[in-house]
Amino acid sequence: MRSPHRSLTRRGLLTGTLGSAALLAAGGTLAGCGTKGAQQTEAGCKSDDVSATEKKLAFSNWPQYMDVDEKDESKRPTLDAFIARSGIQVTYTEDVNDNNEFFGKVQNQLAGCQSTGRDIMVLTDWMAARMIRLGWIQKLDKAKIPNVEANLLPSLRNRSFDSDNQLAVPWQSGLAGLAYNAKVTKEIRTVDELLTRPDLKGKVTALSEMRDTMGLLLQSNGHDPANFTAAQFDDALNKLKKAVDSKQIRKFTGNDYAPELAKGDIAACIGWSGDVIQLGFEDEKIKFVVPDSGVMLWSDNMLVPNKATHKANAEELINYYYEPAVAAKLAAFVNYICPVKGAQAEMEKIDPELAANPLIFPDEGILSKSKVFMALDEKQEKEYETKFQQVIGA
Amino acid sequence: MTALAHVPTTSGQSAVPPPAPRRGRRRLLPYLLLLPGAAWLFLFFALPLLQLAAASLYDPSGSLSTGYSLTWAFGNYPDALQAYWPHFVRSFVYSAIALVIALLMGYPLAYGIAQKAGRWKNLLLVCVVAPMFTSFLVRTLAWKTILSDNGWLVGLLRDVHLLGADGRLLATPFAVVLGLTYNFLPFLVLPLYASLERLDPRLLEAASDLYASSWAAFRRVTLPLSMPGLIAGTLLFFIPATGDYINAELLGTPNEYMIGNVIDSAFLVRLDYPQGAALSFLLMAAILAVVFLYLRRAGTEEVL
Repeated sequence: MRSPHRSLTRRGLLTGTLGSAALLAAGGTLAGCGTKGAQQTEAGCKSDDVSATEKKLAFSNWPQYMDVDEKDESKRPTLDAFIARSGIQVTYTEDVNDNNEFFGKVQNQLAGCQSTGRDIMVLTDWMAARMIRLGWIQKLDKAKIPNVEANLLPSLRNRSFDSDNQLAVPWQSGLAGLAYNAKVTKEIRTVDELLTRPDLKGKVTALSEMRDTMGLLLQSNGHDPANFTAAQFDDALNKLKKAVDSKQIRKFTGNDYAPELAKGDIAACIGWSGDVIQLGFEDEKIKFVVPDSGVMLWSDNMLVPNKATHKANAEELINYYYEPAVAAKLAAFVNYICPVKGAQAEMEKIDPELAANPLIFPDEGILSKSKVFMALDEKQEKEYETKFQQVIGA
Repeated sequence: MTALAHVPTTSGQSAVPPPAPRRGRRRLLPYLLLLPGAAWLFLFFALPLLQLAAASLYDPSGSLSTGYSLTWAFGNYPDALQAYWPHFVRSFVYSAIALVIALLMGYPLAYGIAQKAGRWKNLLLVCVVAPMFTSFLVRTLAWKTILSDNGWLVGLLRDVHLLGADGRLLATPFAVVLGLTYNFLPFLVLPLYASLERLDPRLLEAASDLYASSWAAFRRVTLPLSMPGLIAGTLLFFIPATGDYINAELLGTPNEYMIGNVIDSAFLVRLDYPQGAALSFLLMAAILAVVFLYLRRAGTEEVL
């Protein structure tokens, strides 16, 4: 078509656009020089508490981590009882699926000292430790959580990232140990067996969660995961690398090992007690093993982030879930390790079989073998995580 | 573009101030029409890309708590490449193999649907597209079940001794390439179909009237006429397949991880933003280079 004036050609447009984009790019890059630090301090990022006037609470948790009514899945008995008793309206959201992903979700607000809109969020030890290190978490008032003071299991007290027990309160805990499917393999007792036994070659998985996998390996070398040196870490990592290179380890997984273990694609693995109990209910051939060298104890913790405006309400809820009777009801549904002393006695009334289950109420023998991974500073975290990620292939 | 400029410019504009001189408005009109698209592109493409470019040049010794400063650390690029070049190579090899397999399956499929399917055409097209109605993740997880060590497929292959007694399909390079092929096949088939559907069968008749063998007719008539679809299809297949990390994650092992897995871990797990950004740019550059070379060879300006 004949153009009546200088028309806009594709080539001209592209050149023009690319040119202006390049100009903008140069300008924009210079303007946005780097990022600010994410570190916050208690004094620098003060939070107001409006709990007295606003009976509300926003609670972010993992899926299937709260008891629901068997007949009506929209009802949550223990939470509903709390709402009825306290008059606090709880907005319960199951929006934590993965620690790293959740971190990405709230990172910008918390780094900039802004509200995330959440009053309680439940995150695993190491993520809790990272957020505490960054100064993103509010201190709880111990006077308002007497049940926690009285009933928290001794092995979960004074953890290295929360030495005063006032930043992170365990919601549920669990063990990372060994698991196997007795349909496809004979019993397995030690980490070394898992990493070297020829009949398991290519049928073993380990967890991509560094603290759990490396914690077990450190223990199998006779070292303490709560207090180890860089050289000891490297030793353990070498052991893992050998198992990867020899193709003994098939892959590193999150929760997704569970269905494969049930099917028998995986014969044995490093796994979490909660998953393995669930599988064990359906198929008694799936078994959890606490290796003699030791087992990792982890928790998912309730945290009150900076700028959460209902801290007192949050404390009321935390205190409530540390009543043994409430904790027992919750534990009967979620089947993780219950961090509340006295809940075992209450569980006798609900389900004696569960009360006798050492993977929900671990006995002294297991607890004495369980360790919590040490808190890492930022430099260590990056260094160890990078080394570990290189071995697991990413 | 010229056609757009002929749209009457004065209709329905009674509310605006008196029209500027006709010529000036005409000159401006295409740009005004481009404005919404350009703004969208700027906000959601150019700005994030810029941010990523800046991040790739941050001081690698920075950290989350202290923040990163922009020190034009171009060293991030060679460092990242040195650490992860095997993953780059693997990504390109896997997606290239997947592309070849997809072409061998996809071309006859697209041709069949376009030219031979008759009244089944729409149904067959739906069959190609229907899997896309379910989530990418669910489909990949389904393959996990199909390829399972104790599944019927592996059992069958073991029985006929195509696999050793301990052989497996899941968690092998085979599974990853299969996943890539399966997941991106529709992106190849649809543009190919669109091209082949417009192919006039009378041209093939003419070719045979002129003593072309069916192979020669394919090579001289069908293939050149389907080139635009073929090029678009291969690009739509190859680009996302190279950057994919879900298939390697779900169907592979650490030994099959592709560059996407590394970038994922750099951003989410290791929190090494400069390295993650540098790797993203390297991947983009590598793909662009491959695409440009390919288009050069294919000798077409049409898709650019």
